[in-house]
Amino acid sequence: MKKQLSMALVAATLASAPLSASAAERVKFDFWYGLTGALGEVIANQCKLFNESQDRYEAVCTGQGGYDKAEQNTIAAYRAKQQPALVQLYDAGTVNFMLSGAVYPANKFAKDFNISIDWSDYIPAISNFFGTSKGELWSLPYNNSTALMYYNKDALAKIGKSEPPATLEELTDDLKAMKAAGYDCGFGINFDPWVSLEQFSYIHGVPLATKNNGYDGLDAELVYNKTKLVDFIKLERSWVDNGYAKIMTQQTGKSIVESFADGTCQFIYTSVGDHSTITQTHKDSVHWGDAFLPVFAGTKRLNSAIGGASVWIMAGKSHETYEAVAAFVKYITDSETGVNYIAHNTGYIPVTKSAFKILSDQGFYKDPKYAGREVAFASLTASEVTPLSRGVRLGNYTAIRSAFQSEFQSILNGQKDVQAGLDDAVKAGNEILRRYEQTFKGKELP
Amino acid sequence: MEKRVTFSNYWLAGLFIAPQLFLVFTFFYWPTGQALYWSLTLEPPFGGGNQFVGLQNFMAVFGDAHYWDSVIRSLVFALGTTAISVGFATVLALFADRGLFGHSIFKFAYFLPYAVPAAAVGLAFRFTFTPDAGIFGAVNHIIPGLWDPSRNGGQALFMIMLGQAWKMAGYNFVFLLAGLQSVPRSMIEAAAMDGAGVFRRMRDMQMPMITPTFFFLFVINITDSFVDSFGMIDVMTRGGPSRATELMVYKIYLDGFEAKDYSLAAAQSMLLMLLIMVMTIFQFRYVERRVHYN
Repeated sequence: MKKQLSMALVAATLASAPLSASAAERVKFDFWYGLTGALGEVIANQCKLFNESQDRYEAVCTGQGGYDKAEQNTIAAYRAKQQPALVQLYDAGTVNFMLSGAVYPANKFAKDFNISIDWSDYIPAISNFFGTSKGELWSLPYNNSTALMYYNKDALAKIGKSEPPATLEELTDDLKAMKAAGYDCGFGINFDPWVSLEQFSYIHGVPLATKNNGYDGLDAELVYNKTKLVDFIKLERSWVDNGYAKIMTQQTGKSIVESFADGTCQFIYTSVGDHSTITQTHKDSVHWGDAFLPVFAGTKRLNSAIGGASVWIMAGKSHETYEAVAAFVKYITDSETGVNYIAHNTGYIPVTKSAFKILSDQGFYKDPKYAGREVAFASLTASEVTPLSRGVRLGNYTAIRSAFQSEFQSILNGQKDVQAGLDDAVKAGNEILRRYEQTFKGKELP
Repeated sequence: MEKRVTFSNYWLAGLFIAPQLFLVFTFFYWPTGQALYWSLTLEPPFGGGNQFVGLQNFMAVFGDAHYWDSVIRSLVFALGTTAISVGFATVLALFADRGLFGHSIFKFAYFLPYAVPAAAVGLAFRFTFTPDAGIFGAVNHIIPGLWDPSRNGGQALFMIMLGQAWKMAGYNFVFLLAGLQSVPRSMIEAAAMDGAGVFRRMRDMQMPMITPTFFFLFVINITDSFVDSFGMIDVMTRGGPSRATELMVYKIYLDGFEAKDYSLAAAQSMLLMLLIMVMTIFQFRYVERRVHYN
């Protein structure tokens, strides 16, 4: 009886062997990503396309349910020596990974595995943002965006204008006129620091922190409570107080993007990444466009900086695995299968100059579905990248953002004075920075 | 001489308790020891190279005004939730115990909320309490702007408390009902014959008879409110507006997992554990004296 059973098993194994042979020979590796929903599916599909494009390697791609979860899970996995080979990591996690000693720097990886990547082809605003102090890229720019102002064309027409405002003074006048014209929500606002704190500071060329926003050392200190930002937050507060702007968050029932797409709010600031969402979900009656974020009159506009994620290669894998990873890296950095794929299927911008040129030549930006996204490219390249419009590199930046966010909530809700709120946010942020500096005592930012 | 049943074979005894000891060690002492170690060092996110810093993490926690706010909020939350939940469950249990029409259906239905995961409760309550569209938002049609937990911190905390109380009410209900059913019927009937009305019997007989159950439920509810509010908060308010619903547990999550400051989170976990221990000891030493088990 037992013998028969084992014979049957052997037979079954033999029968199935030819089927599974090709799958078994494939070298597998893990890629963890943070994007969720429709964007997450785009990533999953890219993996599928990669797996179908060749038969030697297999990317096992797993969504982690959010950018912050992707970082948390990778850290936990690394500590258990189960880390994925690749991980998509958001901007705020960059410092942790640079100092971790747990990564295989992308520039070194490309050299070791003979991948030709033209590093100078990346849009400077991107390569500077993710780069080390020496200008080397340790991770691969993947899905990146910048902030734009979205406006409702009909609402503008109603107050007798055809062009979106270019300055904040003009925007304030428009909001006033819209209120007079009976619009309940001229400007949909939320508490997102990326737009109200960071992008404002970049395009106005004012510092968020000393040491060139932290790029030059872990001993940087926040200073945004002493810059033009204070005026801007005061302005935003006055919009809310005067009824020009309305707070739109998930907790109030609708996000800013939803409230713009259904015509409730006439202006919002948000990522170009939301361009595709608005294209797909806006009401037919809503005619809209996008433009640069307005600046204070008399300001020399600098480039806006990016948000989004890059792909990191983790240390501690076998040479065989890394060869498979190398094939995948080639695939996702290729203009056609990588950069253009992301740009076509999401609202993110093409991360290289050549891919942008290919897309423009193909008439991509003339297509009504995508028209308006070129504004993001123009915003990122509005000036040479300066030390203050490069981005931000501060330890534990997620916590610094949330310290700002809770004070910003109190400010917009009228519970706290603007200056007092920003002072408290900076004070809390600086304590976070000092702890971080102490935790990494003796280490230097690469 | 007291006679005792003893185990002469210590090896066998050890073998019997080993699985339990193993579990307790793996899931309690080991992680707690690890957290204690982290709370006395500075732990980089990816590990390796801890520096011993003594009580610095605790000093940082004590020096943070937001931390003390979260402690007070957690106490308000725990006591308030327990009062609402046990109070509500008492009323339900007293009436379900009377055997009124349909009581067996109610018995089943009242327990159901406890079986719903916190995140699902949070999601349902989020929609219910949305100021614009939720059912509760109807009050805004009468007095505009009255209900807005997205801006008003007190209302947000109240909303979370209701959610937690609703969830625990089913659990409390079952215990209270069991308690009530163990009260001898003959006593209730005798009181009824002496002319005590329904409310009189509830207040002066049934409720005093089940004080041990109340005591048990207070301890459980308070502990539970301290450690089990995470799912609800994460779904409903994420600690906002302006930290108004940032309870101790949620702050630990924010500092540990969002900010990746494991040491600061570990120090707070230690303090939370200590606080719960102190509160439980207090309850057993001072409150329990007033409980009569017979």
